[in-house]
Amino acid sequence: MMYVLLAFGIWAAGWWLNLRLSNGSSAELTAVKIAVPAIFGLTIVIVWELMVRGFEVNPVILPAPTSVLARLADEGSILWADFKQTVLKGALVGYIIGAIAAFAVAILADRSEFLTRGILPVGGFMAALPIVGTAPILVKWLGSDWESKAAVVAVMVFFPILVNTVAGLKDTNAMQRDLMRTYAAGYWPTLFKLRLPSAAPFIFNGLKIGTTLALIGAIVAEFFGSPTVGMGFRISTSFGQLALDMVWAEIVVAALAGSAFYGAMTWVEKRVTFWHPSQR
Amino acid sequence: MRSILPVLTVVAAILGIWLLAVIPMNMHLVADQGQRDGLVVQPETPAERQEFSGLGLAMRNPDLIPLTYNFKRPRLPSPQQVAGEMYDTIFGKKITSKRSLVYHGWVTLAPTLLGFVIGTGLGILLAVGIVYSRVMDRSVMPWAIVSQTIPILALAPMVIVVLGSMGIQGLFPKSLIAAYLSFFPVVVGMVKGLRSPSGMQLDLLRTYHASNTQGFWSLRLPASLPYLFASLKIGISASLVGTIVAELPTGARAGFGARMLVGDQYGQPLVSWAALFAAALTAAALVGLFSAIERITLKRMGMAAA
Repeated sequence: MMYVLLAFGIWAAGWWLNLRLSNGSSAELTAVKIAVPAIFGLTIVIVWELMVRGFEVNPVILPAPTSVLARLADEGSILWADFKQTVLKGALVGYIIGAIAAFAVAILADRSEFLTRGILPVGGFMAALPIVGTAPILVKWLGSDWESKAAVVAVMVFFPILVNTVAGLKDTNAMQRDLMRTYAAGYWPTLFKLRLPSAAPFIFNGLKIGTTLALIGAIVAEFFGSPTVGMGFRISTSFGQLALDMVWAEIVVAALAGSAFYGAMTWVEKRVTFWHPSQR
Repeated sequence: MRSILPVLTVVAAILGIWLLAVIPMNMHLVADQGQRDGLVVQPETPAERQEFSGLGLAMRNPDLIPLTYNFKRPRLPSPQQVAGEMYDTIFGKKITSKRSLVYHGWVTLAPTLLGFVIGTGLGILLAVGIVYSRVMDRSVMPWAIVSQTIPILALAPMVIVVLGSMGIQGLFPKSLIAAYLSFFPVVVGMVKGLRSPSGMQLDLLRTYHASNTQGFWSLRLPASLPYLFASLKIGISASLVGTIVAELPTGARAGFGARMLVGDQYGQPLVSWAALFAAALTAAALVGLFSAIERITLKRMGMAAA
């Protein structure tokens, strides 16, 4: 009971602190802007821990954050091996293949107005489909190692990147294209100096959507067959052993990997499209 | 309307690639089967045939090519086989039958829709909270954005099993996943939408001495509708994907996801493929439905549909 009361107390204290911080005079400082969500997140984790202890929740249902942390610290080498297998091999390779393929198709299709008009609706339609359902089929075709995961990821990220790139390449106005023509620029100089740069915000939008899809694809595909390493494999086997703290440790790794991947893309976007209004 | 021809061309190209791919993908299986049925197959032992690619094998046995399109357990079924299987299981069976795709479709669709309604409702409420409360904006909004970069979908099967072990079964666990997946797109979209009125418009309402509630109903909410519809379309397809993934490796007996897995495990690829395409059609129908509602609503409100 003590734990539960303490949990309510901490929740109230965290909320009060955030109330003071975000309505106070220093609310516009960067430090405060970071501190407020951090306090909120920390409060949730502490309340979670206290609730689990207070109600003596069975660790098979919901493990306490401290035991997840302990797993993270103890099983570092296993988690690292899983990370390498799933993120660095499956997700990243598939992402790069899918992105390059989408890019190539977009630039080819872009030469014909007719194809562009066809690809945009079809690609947009495909992007909304449950493509992850092809995972069992692709695992069967390509075997259970990381190649099949990379294939699932490549198919999943292909369509969002394709649609965004094609849409981006159309995003120049007649005045800009005319200017290039007065410089006597041919197709390729126009593509590299005008249309690709102005398509960059769209392309990065597609690439950022792809980061989450890549991790989802790589992990889900491992549920259908994998070598004895990998995040999806670990999640499903630890789950079978009722080691929920290990499952949550993998979740934390997946969340960190997902945010880092997305963050990296955003960082590159900032460097490349520094001129765009949304970045200034 | 002028994009119909290009769309058809692209679809035809995809179908063409598919039709061509059927031959090399199934050639080895067809050759093995053909030999057992007493046909003359060019390299005579299966081991020798493994040396050849599917395409090379097809060149040597051109008379076997038609068989690849009607093989019973193909690696890659031909489009007409998938279409036939879909027609069979959608129209050819009673909808209460365990083999009817309509039955499995409803098993997947019901939790998707329930979860979507819950997720959208909560998402709109949270968005209103975020727009009107600085504390919530500051503390919750960053997490709402970060949560979209987390591959939470991959955990859907586990959530189902945990809830199952707590004795919660049926519609609810799958709806929870569907709700979670539609929740954050709606929150992010609605916050953007509710904030979209310009300072000038807000000032005008202030000169009318409108209260916060009046401002909400007559300015902020209508202004947010285009954003809401964009989020709804993302949310509904995410919900459907979530439900299907939740069904995939959890030993579910019914639903699109279960059909995909059953076909895969019991060597009935046609079942998997039919379920895959039926799921795709369902997703398309749902997104299409929301686009139609969006067009009608925005037209009646005097906003051009984007």
